[in-house]
Amino acid sequence: MNEVNRDLLLRRHMEGPIVSPIVHVCCRGLAPFIQITGLYVFFHGHYSPGGGFQGGVLLAASIIMLRMSLGLADSQRIMPNRLPIPLAALGALIYAGTGLLAMLWGGSYLDYSFLPLPMLDPAMLRYVGILVIELGVTICVMSTLISIYDNLLGS
Amino acid sequence: MKAIHILVLASFAALLMVAAVHLPRRGDPNSPANRAENVLKGPVAGAYYIQNAYLDAKTPNMVTVILADYRGFDTLGETVVVFAGGVACLYLLRRRTS
Amino acid sequence: MLPWLIEVILFTVLIVAALVALGLRNLLAAVVTLNIFSFMSATIMVKLGAIDVAFTEAVVGAGAVGVINILAILLTSRKSAD
Repeated sequence: MNEVNRDLLLRRHMEGPIVSPIVHVCCRGLAPFIQITGLYVFFHGHYSPGGGFQGGVLLAASIIMLRMSLGLADSQRIMPNRLPIPLAALGALIYAGTGLLAMLWGGSYLDYSFLPLPMLDPAMLRYVGILVIELGVTICVMSTLISIYDNLLGS
Repeated sequence: MKAIHILVLASFAALLMVAAVHLPRRGDPNSPANRAENVLKGPVAGAYYIQNAYLDAKTPNMVTVILADYRGFDTLGETVVVFAGGVACLYLLRRRTS
Repeated sequence: MLPWLIEVILFTVLIVAALVALGLRNLLAAVVTLNIFSFMSATIMVKLGAIDVAFTEAVVGAGAVGVINILAILLTSRKSAD
């Protein structure tokens, strides 16, 4: 709207935490459980609904909740401000690099049965390959959402 | 002008309803998407995935195998699109206070 | 009971939520109504048997998009212009 109102709002969100102790305690107590759920959804994606995208969004939701309740300054220890974009690039790199690794070892692009891991038959190699690329998707989605939140707040 | 809008929207809704009525029933084994071979007697991808997903990747969740293995390039594109959205937000909204 | 009754109820809530979200002047209430829309859509996906799509819809549509919409409203204006 106008610049003064917006700056006031930004300052309130960036500097101080929310003063209500109920919100504070609830968010801080709830965040580890959301993170555990996110990790469960990511690692259990082979056996139940879930996978990289959903787990990444859950992890991002926990950190965004901490950002909203603690304020931007106090939540720097959990996820520093400069970290999300390099992490997102790392996630996309893990995905593309896995495909490229399979291609360098003789298969076609993203054919995980050619990954250079010893003592595994091709079916188990594909199992491991799916887990690795889900890790890449998780990291990319999580840090992209956190980065969008930070940039919207104008950090 | 408003009458034309309403007419176009109503005709579009009628078209969608006719199409929805003539869809095959859910879970029909004889619908074209669920048959094991198409009209030219060739193989259909869905039947292959259902029969071979566990044998190929030792993963019980068929959706994960299709998303991450058979259609891995698609998911790569999805990840890159998410990353590109983040980078676009960074360059559009970044404010340097110092 | 009737097996299609639950679907009829879910679709009714879905359409009503969409129409209410279009008509509301208060944008914060509109975002909450959109979250109801997302959740009903996820429930319909569960009824159709697509659990993965339902999970994605519930997590993204009712979680992340709601947060980003509320943030955008906080940064601009709370009332709709038209």
